[in-house]
Amino acid sequence: MAQLSCNNLSLGYDGKVILKGLNFTVNKGDYLCIVGENGSGKSTLMRTILNLQSPISGNVTMGDGLTPRKIGYLPQQTAIQKDFPASVSEIVLSGCLNSMGLRPFYNKKEKNRAKENMKKMGVEHLAKKCYRELSGGQQQRVLLARALCATGSMLVLDEPVASLDPKVTISMYTLIKNLNKEGITIIMISHDVNAAVKYADHILHIGEKFFFGSPKEYLESEVGKMFYAFQTGASK
Amino acid sequence: MIFEKLSLYFQYPFVRYAFIVGILISLCSSLLGVTLVLKRFSYIGDGLSHAAFGAIAIASVLKLTNNMLLVLPITVLCAIILLRAGENTKIKGDAAIAMISVGALALGYLMMNIFSTSTNLAGDVCSTLFGSTSILTLTKTDVILCLILSIVVLIVFVLFYHKIFAVTFDESFANATGIKANFYNLIIAIITALIIVLAMNLVGSLLISALVIFPAISAMRIFKSFKSVIICSAAFSVICATFGLLISILCGTPVGSTIVACDIIVFGVCVITSKIKARN
Repeated sequence: MAQLSCNNLSLGYDGKVILKGLNFTVNKGDYLCIVGENGSGKSTLMRTILNLQSPISGNVTMGDGLTPRKIGYLPQQTAIQKDFPASVSEIVLSGCLNSMGLRPFYNKKEKNRAKENMKKMGVEHLAKKCYRELSGGQQQRVLLARALCATGSMLVLDEPVASLDPKVTISMYTLIKNLNKEGITIIMISHDVNAAVKYADHILHIGEKFFFGSPKEYLESEVGKMFYAFQTGASK
Repeated sequence: MIFEKLSLYFQYPFVRYAFIVGILISLCSSLLGVTLVLKRFSYIGDGLSHAAFGAIAIASVLKLTNNMLLVLPITVLCAIILLRAGENTKIKGDAAIAMISVGALALGYLMMNIFSTSTNLAGDVCSTLFGSTSILTLTKTDVILCLILSIVVLIVFVLFYHKIFAVTFDESFANATGIKANFYNLIIAIITALIIVLAMNLVGSLLISALVIFPAISAMRIFKSFKSVIICSAAFSVICATFGLLISILCGTPVGSTIVACDIIVFGVCVITSKIKARN
């Protein structure tokens, strides 16, 4: 059974439809990149998957023991976080809150979980450091560790490399690919078609034209060819 | 000499009441202040206290014997409107606060002016706004009410501490992992309103913002984790309230303004400390 499937989904807000007739499935261990022009509805789709807003019609079903609360989420950074006084371990621990219910304090298991994930993301030595004093790449690793505390099965990443420099971008992509190899399903929104084609095993293109398939098929498709040429041309 | 004078003053129950209430209110307001400052709601204290001022005006016009019954619900309602409105409204947060603040102040004064039977209107308004003497006229019931509300605020804050942190730091992540951010924003709004209505007794409407903001930003200058900022903010606030009250009793200065002056001095010291720290 598929871990996540979107069935005939129509999305939008304020009653305005921006996407309709969306059908695709994600299986355990997949690496899906969602690409498309600005304003094509990438964020709306992601918010629907996370159950933060409801679709206009159609539905999202989950299997394999996945529930919306058990999805690890890496949002884009907000202005508030830039001067927020919080230590790395406080932030990573807050990822464990979804399994706590009404219990007010963390227990040993959750503290160990946070520690493990900090180690995995290579930020263990920063545990006592203040979040606002870290570099952009380190901050993303901290937020990834928090997302991992919330999930063992699926990560949804919203443009995880935006505002990172090229070298850090590559190590971020490698880190995400390694998590995928460990069996975690990745759904990533990306501007970067180059990286999407290189790292992902499925591409979902939304906008005026719709495409869902492997990167190889994407590059051979008409919409893929156009978008790829446009993006790589624009970045040169 | 000073101690003799103080021990003389402490024999009066109203002085002891003032200290109990002052310390409790400064503790509660500083706890919430950190969250409010970080959520960019620094000015909410001002806005809500003016809303409460408007409510007090209505209560006095209606000649209610216990005006808390009207003031508390109105202030809570305004807090909910302001904090829940958030991003999805046509009027943005700062403009909404300014509207409620100025509007309530103007209407409140207008009502008091038209309907008031008091001969000393300017004095009444002044003492509501600056709380000049009200902390020294507290009754035992006031003190007990304040004690109960403060304990409720403290318990709620401690129980929801981690969730309040998560919602303040990253609302969308909190929502995605099933923490109902709106529910916690509602709780924050209600406690904020409670604290502000309480604090009006201490420093008056105009100076409440200072109680909410100063300890929080002073602590944020020096400490780097959320927990240490909260603890330090509470400590600063209680220390400033104690010294402010002592000084105002000894020198006969207005209570609210003296406490805020202490808060400002602490803030100055924190700024200098953080500058020196950064240089080393």
